[in-house]
Amino acid sequence: MSEIYQLTLCELVDKIKTKEISCEEVTKSYVDRAKKSEKLNCFIENTFDQALKKAKDQNDKIDNKKKLFGAPFAVKDLFCTKGTQTTASSKMLEGFKPQYESTVTSKLWNEGANLLGKLNCDEYAMGSSNETSHFGNVINPYRNDKDLVPGGSSGGCASAVAAHLTSATVGTDTGGSIRQPASFTGTVGLKPTYGRCSRWGIVAFASSLDQAGPMTKDVKDASLLMEVISGHDDKDSTSAQKEQEAFSQKLTKDIKGLKIGIPKEYKIDGMSKEIIDLWDKGIEIVKSLGCEIKEISLPHTKYALPAYYIIAPAEASSNLARYDGVRYGFRAEGKDLIEMYENTRSIGFGNEVKRRILIGTYVLSSGYYDAYYLKAQKVRRLIKNDFDEAFKEVDTILTPTTPSSAFGIGENVDDPISMYLNDVLTVPVNLAGLPAISIPAGYDQNNLPLGLQLIGKSFDEQTILNNAYAIEQSINFKPNFKDWWM
Amino acid sequence: MSITKDTVKKISKLSRIASNDKFEENMIKDLNSILKFVDQLNEVKIDNIEPLASTVDQELIKRDDQVKIMNEKKDILLNSPEDNEDFYVVPKVIE
Repeated sequence: MSEIYQLTLCELVDKIKTKEISCEEVTKSYVDRAKKSEKLNCFIENTFDQALKKAKDQNDKIDNKKKLFGAPFAVKDLFCTKGTQTTASSKMLEGFKPQYESTVTSKLWNEGANLLGKLNCDEYAMGSSNETSHFGNVINPYRNDKDLVPGGSSGGCASAVAAHLTSATVGTDTGGSIRQPASFTGTVGLKPTYGRCSRWGIVAFASSLDQAGPMTKDVKDASLLMEVISGHDDKDSTSAQKEQEAFSQKLTKDIKGLKIGIPKEYKIDGMSKEIIDLWDKGIEIVKSLGCEIKEISLPHTKYALPAYYIIAPAEASSNLARYDGVRYGFRAEGKDLIEMYENTRSIGFGNEVKRRILIGTYVLSSGYYDAYYLKAQKVRRLIKNDFDEAFKEVDTILTPTTPSSAFGIGENVDDPISMYLNDVLTVPVNLAGLPAISIPAGYDQNNLPLGLQLIGKSFDEQTILNNAYAIEQSINFKPNFKDWWM
Repeated sequence: MSITKDTVKKISKLSRIASNDKFEENMIKDLNSILKFVDQLNEVKIDNIEPLASTVDQELIKRDDQVKIMNEKKDILLNSPEDNEDFYVVPKVIE
């Protein structure tokens, strides 16, 4: 048989329940591999010993009702984990040990999963390459002649799933932070509808956009994890009053008759032939599966990214006001209270975070609020209206996930705009609050993975999961990297 | 509209982030490039459009008014950079 760590989450839990493999063997398999994979820099903190101990205890207490029983789970370091350091990859939170557990992660542990560690990401989830982390770059298991970024902000999550260092994981997506790294690493990433999962206990970036979601080896795993982490939470007033759904049980590859929209505005200027070919391949596949293709128009697509880069920093500047050096986290010296605040925030935050706080403060400041923030919110309405119109005619929308494959470390750091452009195809979905999934769909000429994105109607994760599952079965994508880092 | 050194100084102060010449020079360049990018929004007709702050359309529901014992003071203080008894300690505010 293949190595234990190569199993999907669903396969692994099944084999534990049928006693084909033990919880301890499973955890050991992942821990051994993670220890040999330090070069990828996925983990900020590991809880290997704790996980091994817990797995040993689980060996003779198998609970067939628990959906993730015995699965080792490292999670993005944006989720507060009780008693385990949670940093958001920032110097500001180095050493911070939450005294409570986030709702999403507590749902994982309630279903029998074991915490394996905390995964590196861009600082406060602000970035598209994992290069803004205080704890250094994460490296993509895929490479050509040089080390490549894993994407971001959930870069550690994406690399860890791709390289088999965790059975699956949860990331967060504010403008593409689950889908873009999934696309760069040949993995599956799902951003649920805004409100589907509780944000309680997740370090906040932009509260009207942030959403937690699964990052997995395949679509079936994503559907299982989706049903575990979703559901209303009294502690998050924006979480939706919806019952938990059995996404994995309803998963089907029969998508005959589905109407799929192809938005012409997503064919952006300068999009490479490889990406367009990949998109065409996706269209041919769904056609062959009996779907109806419709060209649609989302006329305000071009304005999503500029609107996002007003709204997200505005919300961030407000959310990050809490880091004052008084109650938790890093504190710098200062001769008085104000100087202590200013030095703490100047030293504690990295450059990208400071850039966004300043932009956010600027667009909210007196005299600029209407010209920037209010205008961006109006454009946000138009973007949502575009989707509302389109979904009167189609069930899902198919696009590429990213305009390119993974790029080299340091290639895009000099100009913030060139980095921001990575999210041009993912950001509109966050502004409209819709669910979207990225699945691996092929390789470019350098053998780097490329992803396709499926966007769904509000709270219709099931249809995009089914759509993704059907495409996945047709493409039969196989990871093709070697363990070069070991 | 463009961002000058004085603007960076002002918004750094509003953001409570210590600033110096080098920081200001870098930020003038970056922030102007971001502002130039977001100025594309001026092309969009937004007359009579309602701003959208959140995509949540459900009504907020009232919760039961129940007393919960949440004596977490000791736990919370475990993460403080400096504390004394039950209080956070900060640099002197009153002369």
